[in-house]
Amino acid sequence: MDSRDKVLDKYSSKIYKNRKEHVIEIEAGEPQVIAADTRAIPGIMTNRGCCYAGCKGVVIGPLKDVVNIVHGPIGCAYYTWGTRRNKAKSDESTKDFTQYSFSTDMQETDIVFGGEKKLRQAIKEAVEIFNPECIMISSTCPVGLIGDDIHAVAAEAEKMYGIKVLAFSCEGYKGVSQSGGHHIANNGLMKYIIGTGDAEPQKYSINLLGEYNIGGDGWEVERILKRIGYNVVSVMTGDGSYADLKNAHTADLNLVQCHRSINYIAEMMKTKYGMDWIKVNFIGLESIKSSLMDIATYFGDPALLARTEEVIAEELDEIEEGMAYYKSKLDGKKAAVYVGGSRTHHYINLLKYLGVDVILAGYEFGHRDDYEGRDVIPSIKIDADSKNIESITVTKDEANYKTFHTPEKIEELKAAGVPIEKYDGLWNDIAEGAIITDDFNHFETEEFLKELKPDIFFSGIKDKFIVQKSGVPSRQLHSYDYSGPYAGFRGALNFAKDITMATYTPVWNMVQAPWKSEPTLVGSLGGME
Amino acid sequence: MLELTPKKLSDRSTLRINPIKTCQPVGAMYAALGVHQCMPHSHGSQGCCSFHRMFLTRHFKDPAIASSSSFTEGASVFGGGSNLKTAIKNIFDIYDPEIIAVHTTCLSETIGDDLNGYIQDAKVPEGKLVVHTNTPSYVGSHITGYYNMIAGFIKYLSEATGEKNGKLALFPGFVNPGDMREMKRLMKLMGTEFIMLPDTSGVLDAPMTGNYTMYPKGGTSIPDIRDLGNCELTLGLGELTSEFPADFLEKKCKVPYKTLPLPIGVENTDAFIMALNQFSKNEVPYEIEEERGQLMDILLDSHQYTNNKTVAIFGDPDTVLGMAQIALEMGMIPKYMVTGTPGAAFERKANALLEKFGVEGCTAKQSGDLFELHQWIKNDPVDLLIGGTHGKQVARAEDIPLVRVGFPVIDRYVHSYMPIVGYKGAIRLAELILNALMDRQDRDCEDEDLEMVM
Repeated sequence: MDSRDKVLDKYSSKIYKNRKEHVIEIEAGEPQVIAADTRAIPGIMTNRGCCYAGCKGVVIGPLKDVVNIVHGPIGCAYYTWGTRRNKAKSDESTKDFTQYSFSTDMQETDIVFGGEKKLRQAIKEAVEIFNPECIMISSTCPVGLIGDDIHAVAAEAEKMYGIKVLAFSCEGYKGVSQSGGHHIANNGLMKYIIGTGDAEPQKYSINLLGEYNIGGDGWEVERILKRIGYNVVSVMTGDGSYADLKNAHTADLNLVQCHRSINYIAEMMKTKYGMDWIKVNFIGLESIKSSLMDIATYFGDPALLARTEEVIAEELDEIEEGMAYYKSKLDGKKAAVYVGGSRTHHYINLLKYLGVDVILAGYEFGHRDDYEGRDVIPSIKIDADSKNIESITVTKDEANYKTFHTPEKIEELKAAGVPIEKYDGLWNDIAEGAIITDDFNHFETEEFLKELKPDIFFSGIKDKFIVQKSGVPSRQLHSYDYSGPYAGFRGALNFAKDITMATYTPVWNMVQAPWKSEPTLVGSLGGME
Repeated sequence: MLELTPKKLSDRSTLRINPIKTCQPVGAMYAALGVHQCMPHSHGSQGCCSFHRMFLTRHFKDPAIASSSSFTEGASVFGGGSNLKTAIKNIFDIYDPEIIAVHTTCLSETIGDDLNGYIQDAKVPEGKLVVHTNTPSYVGSHITGYYNMIAGFIKYLSEATGEKNGKLALFPGFVNPGDMREMKRLMKLMGTEFIMLPDTSGVLDAPMTGNYTMYPKGGTSIPDIRDLGNCELTLGLGELTSEFPADFLEKKCKVPYKTLPLPIGVENTDAFIMALNQFSKNEVPYEIEEERGQLMDILLDSHQYTNNKTVAIFGDPDTVLGMAQIALEMGMIPKYMVTGTPGAAFERKANALLEKFGVEGCTAKQSGDLFELHQWIKNDPVDLLIGGTHGKQVARAEDIPLVRVGFPVIDRYVHSYMPIVGYKGAIRLAELILNALMDRQDRDCEDEDLEMVM
């Protein structure tokens, strides 16, 4: 029996039937199908979070000049305060509210009599104290149940204070994971913010989508893009702002880093403004190189291409020696990677470069297209749980619609390999024989650890110490264990350094007490002298 | 840092900014982790469970296990009975705990799920247990959830059989495993037989051995929880946290109770030792006398560095009161004492403390937040901050040292292993406070004023 069967066999028949579709072994030949984006089984210790976590926690929380008011009891606002490492920095014209946690702190009477009055008052107080240009309201579970009309309150406040006020109905019970919240956040930003600015278009301008600036990743990517000569109009949403987002429609091209959380905006902007998007990956040297070349190829300016090659060479030169050293320390090791909905894929090539094979992988809340590639999208059946997440349709904005290339040129670029509106998913890079576990849970984590014995394990805080206590080095790929950046060339070096450190810290050699392996009773036999 | 916080105080009745409390369920989860072989279960959307596990793991740097009913929209409309039923079956099948401790969330409370009924109808394997407590997030704070869960265990399990066990029932308050260990050590030294609920030592500070086990050695055993009903007396440490379960046990099993402040500082520890002395009728052993004498020695030796220093203390109500006590004992002025947890008793007790030490001009506030505390400090600063990690922004903004005490401390290591209770804990606190103040003096003074001997 192989590892997959051994682990799944321990389940009762009902759970086995469900999980067998989510746990597969990569085989050669036809692309494999995996079940994904379906509800977690009650009682199974899933690593997933909720819709609110995806909306406020991931997508809108990082917008720094926005007062994000969480409408609900205190917990949800508290847990998303400073815990995700989406770094932000204010400047003369942009306020930074990310150091603050705002909540309506609903009490029992609000649940009984409704919380709209409280929300109105909270907005009034936020305006009086902070005078923000934009307020966003996120609702938590009870708000949807008691029927507070947060959208009406937002519309009323927008009129009253003359600022932008948006509401997001992202109650935790909606959808099956954080993913629903990403979608809701995307809809709101698209409907009410993107396209409302009137900035002049800039040359070679791009938006960076699905980059949350964890550990400063976004800043590192921006540094490289600016060196080459691009103008970054907006970043969605790490260190991003309402002020920048308004003008996102003026850019020439959208770059999509985290496909799962933001592909909706990329698609809608294509329809509404004619803007192409390409899938990029700024994690890992080969991926960065090809992403940078793809962008330059898209713009087609020979000077830009030459500059790209020059920057790549310089950046590589800076880190090559270090990378070679860490590769010598890591070569031949095996890794497990369990994160998010895109991030697992992003790290595979970086690990490969360091000589580390990924033998166990999965997403927490990925959809089938994140595994199998976007070609499967038409065949994905949306189940009842996800149907409740609104899918908005946008139409062509005649005034702002522009295309950078003719359709013929786009086809030409596609044929040349530029990933325009294309994402091939995890399958494109994962090695044969790897075990894939969708919506991985505690039980499977523990069992596969025993079966496959990876040398290093990448996931999040909830299982970090479970893995470490099992004797396996463990690093968080959500928070980078408070290190980073990991993106870009310099980031790759940080990553290599960190995992070498995790693998070789002297403590690993001391875990077992000497009396467990050596005799503890030492003496001499009488009369031998 | 926090540049947008204005110095000018405004009339703010509704908007909560930078809270000093979180919601009930995480407290319930923490209490349940202090029961041996227990799986805490969150009856709501899976995000709650995820957030709470993250919060606890970040504080303890150790696994915090818990499961969820994983509500979808359907469950939110039709009730979570079927989710809980499925969850209970799966948890026993896969994770095999001895007991599942269910707590509710604002979601399941708002839809009015009947947990009593669901649990009665659930299929529980022979010899296994399911208990529950109601922890609506819109009432109280994590402290409320913590004591509600303790009461939940008592409600389902504790019984008075009519035969007393000669033991003391101890509720330790919302403290770290290191504090629980210290309380146990003191009770053993005093020759007191006890049952402590919960006991997270050996669970959330379990050793690294190379083998992970889901249910480490620590935690209060189920037979001990049952036997709580036969105790002679309950001692509830942390009056605002432990009175509720102590009173609950008295009502259910006729165990009389007494509450005391958390044993933080000299007099609070004295009161704890005296209570143990009265209970066990054993003399106080030299080991404890020695520790107390050492503490006296240290406080006298160093008093010039703490005398009249002003301090802002924030956090959980009983922890803040305990820290105010030791600050006053060290000659410091607890200028601001703030808890996010609602309850007027906090302010009454804080003011009584000030009166006892004859100190004036200090402010105590319940249902407060860090935003307001920061504004107070901007208007009238302090020398030192004492509280959890979230105070680091204020510390940086105003350049005030921060001594990390209480919950949550998510940006430092080791703290959860070390006590702040007992004389030993007071010695540790003295060192933390003195180092913070004296490092500051060394950093800020002129070259010619740098003292080699202090």
